[in-house]
Amino acid sequence: MAKTAVAGNHGEDIRSDCLVELKINAAGGLKIELDSKVSRLYGKQMRSLISEIFSYFGIGHAEITIHDSGSLDFVLAARTEAAIKQLVDTDKEFLLPILPGITVIADRDHFRFTRLYLPGNTPKFMLNAGVHYPDAVILDLEDSVAPSKKYESRFLVRNALRQVNFMGAERMVRINQLPAGLEDLEYIIPHHVHIILMPKIENATHIKQVESKIVSLKEKYNTDNQIFLMPIIESALGIENAFEIASASPDIVAMAIGLEDYTADIGVKRTQDAQESLYARMRIVNACKAAAIQPIDSVYSDISDLEGLKETAIRSKALGFEGMGCIHPSQIRIIRECFRPDICEIEQAIKVVLAFENAEAKGLGVVSLGSKMVDKPVVKRAMATVALAEKLNILAKDWRKEYG
Amino acid sequence: MDRIKEIINAAGRSIPVEVNGESVIPYQGIGKYKPDGYRYGPGIVTCADYPADGNKLVSSLKDALIQAGIRDGMTVSTHHHFRNGDLLANQLFDIIHELGIKDIRWFPSASFPCHEHLIPYLEDGTIHHIEGSMNGQLGIFTSQGRMKGVGVLRSHGGRYQAIQDGEVKIDIAVIGAGCADSFGNASGLYGPSATGLLGFALADAQYAEKVIIVTDNLVDFPCIPWQIHGNYIDFTVAVDKLGDPEQIVSGTTRITSSPDRLLLADLTARFCEATGIIRDGFSFQTGAGGTSLAVSESFRQIMKKKGIKARFARGGSNAYLVSMLNEGLIDYLLDGQTFDMDGIRSIAENPNHVWTSPFTSYNYHGKGNFAGMVDVVILGATEIDIGFNANVVTHSDGYLLHGIGGWQNCLFSKTVILPVPLLISLILLAGLTYH
Repeated sequence: MAKTAVAGNHGEDIRSDCLVELKINAAGGLKIELDSKVSRLYGKQMRSLISEIFSYFGIGHAEITIHDSGSLDFVLAARTEAAIKQLVDTDKEFLLPILPGITVIADRDHFRFTRLYLPGNTPKFMLNAGVHYPDAVILDLEDSVAPSKKYESRFLVRNALRQVNFMGAERMVRINQLPAGLEDLEYIIPHHVHIILMPKIENATHIKQVESKIVSLKEKYNTDNQIFLMPIIESALGIENAFEIASASPDIVAMAIGLEDYTADIGVKRTQDAQESLYARMRIVNACKAAAIQPIDSVYSDISDLEGLKETAIRSKALGFEGMGCIHPSQIRIIRECFRPDICEIEQAIKVVLAFENAEAKGLGVVSLGSKMVDKPVVKRAMATVALAEKLNILAKDWRKEYG
Repeated sequence: MDRIKEIINAAGRSIPVEVNGESVIPYQGIGKYKPDGYRYGPGIVTCADYPADGNKLVSSLKDALIQAGIRDGMTVSTHHHFRNGDLLANQLFDIIHELGIKDIRWFPSASFPCHEHLIPYLEDGTIHHIEGSMNGQLGIFTSQGRMKGVGVLRSHGGRYQAIQDGEVKIDIAVIGAGCADSFGNASGLYGPSATGLLGFALADAQYAEKVIIVTDNLVDFPCIPWQIHGNYIDFTVAVDKLGDPEQIVSGTTRITSSPDRLLLADLTARFCEATGIIRDGFSFQTGAGGTSLAVSESFRQIMKKKGIKARFARGGSNAYLVSMLNEGLIDYLLDGQTFDMDGIRSIAENPNHVWTSPFTSYNYHGKGNFAGMVDVVILGATEIDIGFNANVVTHSDGYLLHGIGGWQNCLFSKTVILPVPLLISLILLAGLTYH
């Protein structure tokens, strides 16, 4: 009897997904069974896509059953391809067109205050992720995907990169721990990903492995899109090697700490005030600043406790972090508001910048504000704050008209 | 079969001139149809025909129906105060079926999924057709053309209007009440099947030929407050159980946890803040759906932050509106129906939590109504077109699945907002909850 391949999800809480069951036969043509609430509206279109995929892979005889819960084309195609490739050995890939407007070039200095994690095998969270305006979305192939679903999630993430509009959010993919993560890259690199998140990094060799795999894939697919790297450090050893990791590649733009795994590694409980990880977090901040990249804090896991999140984000910024991961859209606004400069900070910075410019114009060696002398580093920080506020559109570019 | 003649109404739709053997008044544009003549009235009765001691109790609902003269082809009305916990309408039609009566026009103020029980009676002709709303399985049954007559949707306001105008003459109204006395004074405030209010049954009490009060909580005269006056009532009946309390109201009303819907609610509230709709002395109405509750919550935060008070809010009441009333953010809560236990407790205890009916709130053939006085109303919809026409009763696949509620009545509000996602699981604009 022919083997049955299965891919995707179906069930009470499943939305925007489908479950594909496939048997390849020797004869009898394509038999498509479509069970969908929306078959009256989209049945024809769904069947035609399925037929197109089978003809692309040169399969003429098969029984396909689709249990659909409102899957868009990119989901249906990913599930179908994942099922086919369990039965057929082929290098061919069924690629849907790249949606116009999503081929934005990666930007090293993009803000990364808020990065929204999206489980890589759950399409319903991907569709509207952009409307919450996170600075970045992370299509996650690692911890949020069950081991048995790892294979099919690669097709879904690849198709999402080509077909989902994240509305200007930076597009990140978190690959699996090496070596599986290297294989993940084959599904990701040619499809306009901006940043590869690498979990459980412990030394520079890990970075080099990813870097050289990306180089070879870029050659293979003849693409020179800029792809940046972001290691996540989640162990005591990783912390000890923080600077080595942070400076291992010119493509690294940020580095994050993962506190669940880190606290487990050092054998302590993760607590609300996070005293147990103070040293590790400070090491990360310091290593990142030394390597001129952004230090990013861990996620806050209790999505119902928005007050706790706020406290944590304020402390995190005070330590020098420049962003946090978000595991729910409701965390985005709070984290963003905590990390972006507030109006008092900006106004103080403007005063300092103006005092500096005034001193320069007068040829004075010393900058003073009121009766206080202002040190050079204070000026540097003020300029950075003003520049950031301009970039974030909190401060108009022509602010001198108002403040000058 | 002869095809019924059709005409084009003011909305540009072709509609039959006749439905269920009665001629149709086509839509002529807002405010254009002005009926002349007098309101319909039931026949004059005298106290001589009623028990001198005021005790109108009869032994059973069956007995009451027989004494009320039930026969083939009559119009029998019920109400949706018990929502999905309603046992009464089902018991009622069990009896009508047992009596061998046929071709009843069932005239509920709304139907719920629990009324799936009535499908066999629609199949065997006990019920000729439903006039009101058709939810869940009843909607599917109707959509498939299996009902003997043609289903007719009536909004809450349209229902009151149709009754008072005599467009629908109710032969027997069966009103379930959380508590009642033997004279027929009734209230929804107390008892194991408490519903808070009985406003949807007001028109039936006033205009039906025969009115039966059914309660599972008979109290000594007088039942206070008398939301329904016993002077309208022909018979009272005591039964063991009217409703399933857990299905009548939800124990807890919860804000949606969907981030997308929370975002919609937040945008809605911020729009109302930025446009100045939220100002001192304003008024609003939100439903009981998860998104609407989230809008109430966002309103509360804005009002607290800015020290703004609303003059009134329109229910369906729920824990969120009740707490705003208790916090002094709302002067009066004018309530059409209570959606949770907090609402029921509040309306019994707080004099500023006031019960209303479709007569006061929505009736267009009256000397005004409340709907037009509301500054902003938040509603749902299943489909919306780019001309802002909306559908609340069918899904994109054409199946009738939801009641119409007071939806179009609310459109007279000064601002109507439909905070809905464009697409849910490929279904355009799905996700309405009951009004």
